[in-house]
Amino acid sequence: MGTLLPTTLAFFTPESGGSPQANEIVSLYKVELVIALIIFVAVEGALGYALVKFRKRKGAVPAQIRGNTRLEVGWTGAAALILVGLAVFTFVKLSSIENPPNSGPGGASLAHAQEAGLQFASASRKLPPNGKALHVTVIGRQYIWQYVYPGADEPDGLGAPYSYEEMVVPTKTTVSLDIVSDDVVHAWWIPELGGKAQAVPGYHNYTWFRIDKPGVYHGQCAFLCGRGHARMTATVRAVAPAQFEEWLAHQKQMIHEANEAAKVAREGLGKQQGAGAVEAATGEKH
Amino acid sequence: MATYAAPVPHVAAREVERERTGWTSWITTTDHKRIGVMYIVTTFVFFLLGGVEALMMRLQLGAPENTLVTPSTYNQLFTMHGTTMVFLFVVPMMAGLANYFLPLMVGARDMAFPRLNALSYWLLLAGGLVFYASVFWNPAEAGWVSVVPLANSVFSPSGGEDAWIFLIHLTGLSSLLGAINFYATIANMRARGMSWGRLPLFVWTILTYSLLLIFALPVIAAAVTLLLTERHFGTHFFDPTEGGSALLWQHLFWFFGHPEVYVMVLPGFGLISEILPVFARKPIFGYKAIAASTVAIAFLGFLTWAHHMFTTPVPEAILVFVMLSSYLIAVPTGVKVLNWVATLWRGTVEFKTPLLFCVGGVSIFLIGGISGIFLATFPIDWQVNETYFVVAHLHFVLWGGAVLPIFAGIYYWFPKMTGRMMNEAMGRISFALIFAGILVTFLIQHVMGLDGMPRRIYEYDNVGHLHLYNVISTVGSFILALGVLITVINVVRSLKVGVVAGPDPWNANTLEWFTTSPPPVNNFDVVPLVRSAEPMKDIRREVQRRSSGARVDGPVTVPAGATQVGA
Repeated sequence: MGTLLPTTLAFFTPESGGSPQANEIVSLYKVELVIALIIFVAVEGALGYALVKFRKRKGAVPAQIRGNTRLEVGWTGAAALILVGLAVFTFVKLSSIENPPNSGPGGASLAHAQEAGLQFASASRKLPPNGKALHVTVIGRQYIWQYVYPGADEPDGLGAPYSYEEMVVPTKTTVSLDIVSDDVVHAWWIPELGGKAQAVPGYHNYTWFRIDKPGVYHGQCAFLCGRGHARMTATVRAVAPAQFEEWLAHQKQMIHEANEAAKVAREGLGKQQGAGAVEAATGEKH
Repeated sequence: MATYAAPVPHVAAREVERERTGWTSWITTTDHKRIGVMYIVTTFVFFLLGGVEALMMRLQLGAPENTLVTPSTYNQLFTMHGTTMVFLFVVPMMAGLANYFLPLMVGARDMAFPRLNALSYWLLLAGGLVFYASVFWNPAEAGWVSVVPLANSVFSPSGGEDAWIFLIHLTGLSSLLGAINFYATIANMRARGMSWGRLPLFVWTILTYSLLLIFALPVIAAAVTLLLTERHFGTHFFDPTEGGSALLWQHLFWFFGHPEVYVMVLPGFGLISEILPVFARKPIFGYKAIAASTVAIAFLGFLTWAHHMFTTPVPEAILVFVMLSSYLIAVPTGVKVLNWVATLWRGTVEFKTPLLFCVGGVSIFLIGGISGIFLATFPIDWQVNETYFVVAHLHFVLWGGAVLPIFAGIYYWFPKMTGRMMNEAMGRISFALIFAGILVTFLIQHVMGLDGMPRRIYEYDNVGHLHLYNVISTVGSFILALGVLITVINVVRSLKVGVVAGPDPWNANTLEWFTTSPPPVNNFDVVPLVRSAEPMKDIRREVQRRSSGARVDGPVTVPAGATQVGA
C-alpha cells in the first residue's frame, strides 16, 4: 500500500523529481486532479443514473419540465465558484513555479559566471532573489540542441565553452536558461525538471531549474520542427559543482584543441593544393 | 374535394414541379436538399480518408522506433489528417446538415441565396481535390497548424504547403459564403410566429457558427496569404532577420483557430439539444440558458486564443488573462452539459440509436472538457502542452462535441432524407464499438502525455510503458474504425432495404417532420403558424383537439383533400 498509492498517482500526474519547478507543478496538478475527479464522478454519475432510472417503462409518464431557474442559477454559480477557487490556488502556487530560488550552499561558486556581452537582461527573465544564477544559452536548430555556458574570455564575447545534446550542470545551483532558435520554432523540454519553453527565432524565452542530486534527466524537442523532430533529444546531467568546473574547463580545452587542429588541417590543405585554392575555399589569406 | 368540417393539419405535400433526375441535375442543382446531400456524402468520404491516415499513424506508433513509414511520410500523414478532419469533414458536414435542415426547420422553401449555396459546395469540393492532389507529389508536412518558419519556402520547399494554402482559401471561401447564406436565411426567412425565442436550438447554433466563421475566417485568409507571399514573393512578415516576427503566425492562426473549434462543436451541441428532448419525450431543460450559453461561448471564444501559446515568449499579462477567459468559457459549456442531463431527468428515455450517440457524445465531451481545465491552467500546460495529453483532449472534445452528434444526426435525419429507417441493431453495435473504441484509443493517451511523449513524432524510444500504451491506443483505433464501418454499411444497406419511414417516425418536435420523407422540391405546401419552440407538439395537440378526440400518439394520418391548417 505504501508504494501503490504513489505509483497510481504517478500514473495520473506529469513527470517530476528533478527540480522544484516540476515538483510544484505536480502539486498544483494533484489538487486539480482531485477536483476534476469529483466533478467527473458527479456529472457522469448523474448522467448514468438518469439513463437507468428514467428509461422508458410501461406506464411511465415523462414530467414536462421546461427548466428550474433557481437550480440553473445555482449550478452556474457553483461552477464559477469552483473555477475561481482553482484560479486563486493557481496564482498562489505560481510564484514557486516561476521564480527560481537561490542556489543552495554547496552550489557552484558563480563568481565567474557572468553574462557574456552578447546576452542581454530582460524583464521576463526571472532570477533568484540574490540575482545569481548559472546562465546557459540553449540554442535550438534542426535537429540538435546546443548549449553555451559562461566563460567567454575572448574579445566580443567569443570563446565560451559549449556542448551539444547533453547539458552538464552543477548540483545545488540555480540554472537560468535563455532559449533561442537559429532556424524554426523548437521547444525545450525536460519533463522531470519543469515546463517546456518554445525556442522562437528572433525571441528569447526563459526558464530555470535547480537540481539538488546528481543524475541524468532526459527530454526532447517538444514542437514540430521538421523531419528530424522525433530525434532531437536533450539530456541534462547534473554533477557535483567541482566536477562541473572540471568538465567546463576540459570542454574549453577540447574546443581549443579542436580549433587548433582545424587550423593545422587548413594549413596542410593549403600546402597540398596551393595557397590560392585554400584562399578561395576558406577566404583566409596564407 | 372533401367537405371536411373540422380542418386538420395537412401533412402530405404535393409537388409543385416534377423532380429532375439524372446526374446533370445534381451538378446544376441549387436545391438546398440536394446540396445538403452532396455535402454530407463528400464530407463523409473525407472523414474516411482522414481516418485511414489516422490508422496509418497508429500502426507506425504501434512499435517504438518503427519503420513502417518514413519521417516525412508520417509528418505528411498527421498534416493531412488534421487538415482533413477540420476543414474537409467537421466544419462542412455541419454546413451540409444545416443546408438540408435549416430551411426545413424554419419553414422556408430554400436558403436565402440558392446559387451561392451551390457555389459553396463546389468550392469545398475544389479545395479538397486540390489538397488531395498533392498526395501524388509532396503533401504538406508542417502540421495542420502549419507553423512558420517551418512552413516557409526555406524549410518546406515542396508545393504541398501551397496546396494547403489553397485548401484554406477555397474551403474558407466556401464556409464564408455558406455562413452569410445561413445568417440571411435565419434572419429573414423564418415562418410566421417563429420569433427568436422559438428558434430551434440547432438553428441557434448554426447562427453562432455562421457569425464565428464570418469574424474568424478573414484572419486565417489573411494569414495564409501572408504565408503565400512569404513563400513566393519575397515578403518578410514572419522573418525576424528582416524585421518580421515568427510569433505573428501563431497569433494569427490561433485567433482563427480557437473560434474554429467552437465552429465545430456548437452545431454538435445544437444536434444534442434537438435530439435528446425527442427521445426523452420531454422538452429541453432550460431553453433560454442553452441559447444564451451558445452565444456566450461564441463571444468568449474570441478571447482565448493565446491558450494555445502558453509556452511562447508572450508577456505574463497575456498568460493570466487567457487562463481566466478560458476558465470563464468553461462555465456556459458546463451549464449545457447539466441542462442536457436535466433534460433526461424524469423523462422516459427511449434507447434508440440517435439518443445513444447523443448521450455518448455528452459523456465523451465531459472528459475532454475536464482535461481542458488542466490545459487552461498555464503552469500545468507548460508540462502537458504539445504532448499526447493535448491529443487526448482534442479528440475527446471533437468526438464528443462534434462527431458523435454528427452520427446521431445522420441516424436521426436519414429517415427524413431518404424515406427509410436505418437498422437499429446495426446502429447499436456501431455505437458500442465507436464508444469503446474512443475510450480505448484516447484515454491512455493522457498517460502517454503525462509520461513525456510529445506529439507529432514518428517514433519514440522504448522507455517506461510507452510501447504498451501505444499498442493499446492502436488496438482502440481499429475498434473505432470497425464501428464507423458498420454505420457506413448500415447507410448503404438501408437505402435499399430500410423500413419505410413516414413523415414523423420519431414523434419529434420541429418543422422538418411536418412534411413528407423525403420532402418535395418546395418543402411545404403550407407552412403552419408557429406558436412555440416545439411546433410539432402544438400541431399534434391541435389535431387531437379538432378530430374525434381519439388520442394521437403516433404520426398524424391525414384524409385526402384537406388543405387549411392553423386557421
